[in-house]
Amino acid sequence: MSEPILSFRDVAIRFRTNDGYVEAVKGSTIDIHPGEFVAIVGESGSGKSQSVMAAMGLLAQNGEVTGSIRYRGTEIIGLPAGDLNELRGRKLSMIFQEPMTSLDPLYKIGSQISATLRQHQRLSKDQARARALELLKLVRILQPEQRLDSYPHELSGGQRQRVMIAMALANDPDILIADEPTTALDVTIEAEILALIAELQQRLGMAVVLITHDLGIVRKYATSVYVMRTGEIVEHGDAKAIFAAPKHPYTQMLLAAEPEGRKAPPLPNAPIMIEAKDVRVTYRMKRGFFGRDSSSIKAVDGVSLTLKRGQTIGIVGESGSGKSTLGKAILKLAPAAGQITFEDRALLPLSRDEMRPLRKQMQVVFQDPFGSLSPRMTVGDIITEGLLVHEPGLGRRERDARAAQAFGEVQLDAAMRNRYPHEFSGGQRQRIAIARAMILKPHVVILDEPTSALDRTVQKAIVLLLKGFQDRYGLSYLFISHDLAVVRAMSDTVMVMKDGQVVEAGPADTIFDAPQHDYTRTLIAASRKG
Amino acid sequence: MSDVLAQPVPVGRSLWADARIRLFRNKAAVTSLFFLILMGVTAIAGPWFSPHQYERVYTEYVRVPASLTAYPKPEQIAPAVERIAARVRAQIETQQVVGGSVRVTLVSPRAIDERNLAFFGRSDLFQGANVVERADEGRKLVIDAPIRWRTFLFGTDGNGRDLFTRTLIAGRVSLAIGLLATGVALLIGVAYGATAGYLGGRIDTVMMRIVDILYALPFIFFVIMLVVFFGRNFILMFLAVGAIEWLDMARIVRGQTLSIKRQEYVQAAEALGVTSNGILRRHIIPNTLGPVVVYMTLLVPKVILLESFLSFLGLGVQEPMTSWGVLISDGARNIQNAEWLLFFPALFLVTTLFALNFLGDGLRDALDPKDR
Amino acid sequence: MLIYILRRLTSALPTLFVVVTLSFFLIRLAPGGPFDLEQPLEAKVMENLNRIYKLDRPLTEQYWLYLSHLATGDFGPSFYARDFTVAELLARGLPVSITIGGLALLLALAIGIVLGTVAAFRQNQPADYSVMVFATFGITIPTFVVAPVLQIVFGLMLAWLPVGGWNNGHVRNLILPVITLALPQVAVVARMIRASMIEALRSNHIRTLRSQGLPRSTIAIHALRGAMLPVVSYMGPAAAALLTGSVVIETIFGLPGVGRYFVEGALNRDYTLVMGTVVMVAVFVLVFNLIVDILYALLDPRVRYDT
Repeated sequence: MSEPILSFRDVAIRFRTNDGYVEAVKGSTIDIHPGEFVAIVGESGSGKSQSVMAAMGLLAQNGEVTGSIRYRGTEIIGLPAGDLNELRGRKLSMIFQEPMTSLDPLYKIGSQISATLRQHQRLSKDQARARALELLKLVRILQPEQRLDSYPHELSGGQRQRVMIAMALANDPDILIADEPTTALDVTIEAEILALIAELQQRLGMAVVLITHDLGIVRKYATSVYVMRTGEIVEHGDAKAIFAAPKHPYTQMLLAAEPEGRKAPPLPNAPIMIEAKDVRVTYRMKRGFFGRDSSSIKAVDGVSLTLKRGQTIGIVGESGSGKSTLGKAILKLAPAAGQITFEDRALLPLSRDEMRPLRKQMQVVFQDPFGSLSPRMTVGDIITEGLLVHEPGLGRRERDARAAQAFGEVQLDAAMRNRYPHEFSGGQRQRIAIARAMILKPHVVILDEPTSALDRTVQKAIVLLLKGFQDRYGLSYLFISHDLAVVRAMSDTVMVMKDGQVVEAGPADTIFDAPQHDYTRTLIAASRKG
Repeated sequence: MSDVLAQPVPVGRSLWADARIRLFRNKAAVTSLFFLILMGVTAIAGPWFSPHQYERVYTEYVRVPASLTAYPKPEQIAPAVERIAARVRAQIETQQVVGGSVRVTLVSPRAIDERNLAFFGRSDLFQGANVVERADEGRKLVIDAPIRWRTFLFGTDGNGRDLFTRTLIAGRVSLAIGLLATGVALLIGVAYGATAGYLGGRIDTVMMRIVDILYALPFIFFVIMLVVFFGRNFILMFLAVGAIEWLDMARIVRGQTLSIKRQEYVQAAEALGVTSNGILRRHIIPNTLGPVVVYMTLLVPKVILLESFLSFLGLGVQEPMTSWGVLISDGARNIQNAEWLLFFPALFLVTTLFALNFLGDGLRDALDPKDR
Repeated sequence: MLIYILRRLTSALPTLFVVVTLSFFLIRLAPGGPFDLEQPLEAKVMENLNRIYKLDRPLTEQYWLYLSHLATGDFGPSFYARDFTVAELLARGLPVSITIGGLALLLALAIGIVLGTVAAFRQNQPADYSVMVFATFGITIPTFVVAPVLQIVFGLMLAWLPVGGWNNGHVRNLILPVITLALPQVAVVARMIRASMIEALRSNHIRTLRSQGLPRSTIAIHALRGAMLPVVSYMGPAAAALLTGSVVIETIFGLPGVGRYFVEGALNRDYTLVMGTVVMVAVFVLVFNLIVDILYALLDPRVRYDT
């Protein structure tokens, strides 16, 4: 093994906050060798991102680094800005997690790429533009000539990430650092971007440092792995070796966190809970700035489904497929056309007041545990708000008792019910959101990406919790997600959506083991990583 | 189950509590808060403890400079005595300041009418006059006139009124206007903005169009109209100012409401079946209060400045009541020969506004910390 | 682009119309008329005056008359300064106000942007604190305090500059009024730029630029361009207010601008003058809002495609 080109020795990172120091990384040691594909894995809060931020000199203002980070012998910590700028963008470059906000919205793509070229390579304007075009072709952007003069907001997330890669590679770096580059992208795009990075790595012979929480990606691409947990590296080594025989219990737990289990189909004579026929949701776009014609988007374009008691229908699709909008339409939170009946009662003609008592039976759990709980109410109040509407006769004590009971059912300490949402972790907040739905004893629960914002290990627990509720109370679920592994574990029936329409539907096993439609096949292939 | 309920439930730390802790760590903000409380107490209670009434005119102390030592100054006594002697129609043979009194020997060709000695008592400088010695059949009197000492810490104005007391009284008016007008703006603005933002659609468009039109009306014109209509009434003043300022508040609250509306917790509440009223009350308004509170602390100084500006134009509160704006515009006119008339009210106004601004900045940082 | 401007202009007309109507009726509702404020005139004279100025017609008829005159650009005669038409008065005063206001605007932008940028880059350091303290001073000290103080110091004590007067726009007469008028605006602009620069410097796209090793000057330019947007929005109504004259400045420095017309007009019940100034201000506000929107679209390409 040749000499490492980037080494961390005993690196510790901490942040000054109002509550004292917060330690993000505690003494890490990492080596990156030329041409290596290194993955740094861990869950949120493990310190993996902060480590590489420190290497690029991009820590927040209140961050402090100690230890040593050397690039080919040059100490990066404490390096003056001028020298650091020689390295950044030239020898060490980075792409980030949020492609939607990482490009400057006010400048054209071409000029942004040219900027970094001209900074490090003294090219003329025309030379830079030509090279920028080459780079766009390298990352396989469609219509590269036109894209040079486009603005970032005209590109999709995947395209923007390709541009970011183009900029990162512009000056032939030794190391490309990719901080969760595909987490915010759809699974099919994710596969393309990762394949692109791997291919470019081979072609250009550079090292890649990939930060991720997704072990599937690591298994497929990485040669060397570092596993981090709460700021410490618990295990590292050759990728294949670690996957074959993980030594540290945490690593073992991470590898075992794939959602498992299957769902049995509902009883044949189970009553129908929800019947949707030809549901359509159309959004009008606003008029353009200069008076262009308004256009409309068909978010949901003629979807039908039947949900029986005890059944879980998994609705999968990528962003823009309309799956979330479908869920909202069924809940009557979005304006829809078509027919939706709930326990034989037609929903669409109902007024808001008429709908209200029905809402008790049909509840929802949203994706974002940070945004779905009202920040200025105690969690006890949040959970019992539904009782204020549907069981107004209850007194304060009784509501409190129900809150305590609900906490118990979601396996949270009832003594915490006077705390506020920001005092809980993501997984705990999702339990609270589930408690809020379950306290009303609904018959149907619509779950809109309930596990997507959670770590894998937490996901597993939430899945078990939801299954427990279903078994105990005979609930029916609509499980909306883009995460195929979780959908498979939860659902007996699966519907695949694309562009507002259902492209394929059927029993879970059939869909996953013998997909018919091309899109379904692409989707499944992309989600199988390694 | 009952033992779970019986356990003392630890109280959570709400976001407001978090913000309060952050605020108290901000030294500038805390100092400002104390200063403002001090200013408020002084303005309210001060005039009661002051030895002067705010409207009391001291005809002999017109435009005297600020002084820590008491009046009358030595050089004022002799002319005052001479003035009184002239009215008593007597000549001064001798006069001498002895201790806290003036000893004057008055002579006159005719007998001096001792009732005229009351002029001493009516003067601002003396408490009265006691005849110590009579001679010459009343044509010569030796008078002992104890001096009435008065302190004018900030000097007096063009009418001879104590500026210190007037500054404090003016503080009452300015602060009251600031708080009340802001309160009015708050009530109207929050209700209007939250409703427009939440209901959305056509109602929102119409409501905001109204705001746009009112915005285009020149403020000065509107206030002048109100003043011309109703005369110079204190209540009117803050109603007028409040009626203008609610526009900005409504815009801010509407913007906040629009972004809150999109949050998932509002959708979750709708899914629960909560009424619009309930959603506004429990979810939307509490979450707009952050920026609203910050805007309020920055609005109060704006209002006070606005009121001063109106006073400058001559449209402010009516005499003898006064506000900092009135005092300052008086002071500005007298800046060449009586600079204390401008200095002290301006000092009070500027420091109060400063404190309000620092407090507002501190509140903003506390409620929306960005240095994570 | 042209269609957009036309559309905006046409949607601005209803607003203008409502403003004119409201103002027209409001001022006439105030007790007292334009001829009541001097010594009471003989009844016959009053009658004649009212007839000549058409004040004896019903209110609605006066309103239509006014509107029709307005459409042709005739603001009518000044009721108080009876030798002049309102248009003449406005024409005389406007250049003064625009000069002072315009210079103050430019000064405010130039200095404000520089100060705000410096403060943002040196956040929480002494330079930042001094800028913020200066900005707070600028906002809290009223102009009618600053003006006389400057007059005393520079006009009388040091005798470097004239205390007031227009003097046909001579530069020496402009300095003090412009500085006084600009001061609060410098403070506001500096604070706004500082806040939005700090926000921009934390943003993801600036982080990308830093990761590319671009120098600080380039980053400053990128950040500034983003930070300008809220300032542009603010400057719309602020510019309109500056250019239509400040009552305080014009009174204290004795400048013959249009700012005083408001107050004098209202106090003298000079209906036409007040209406004329109202229309003028409303037009300025609408025009500047339009300019701001166009500037915004030029600065921010995203706005060009959706509202």
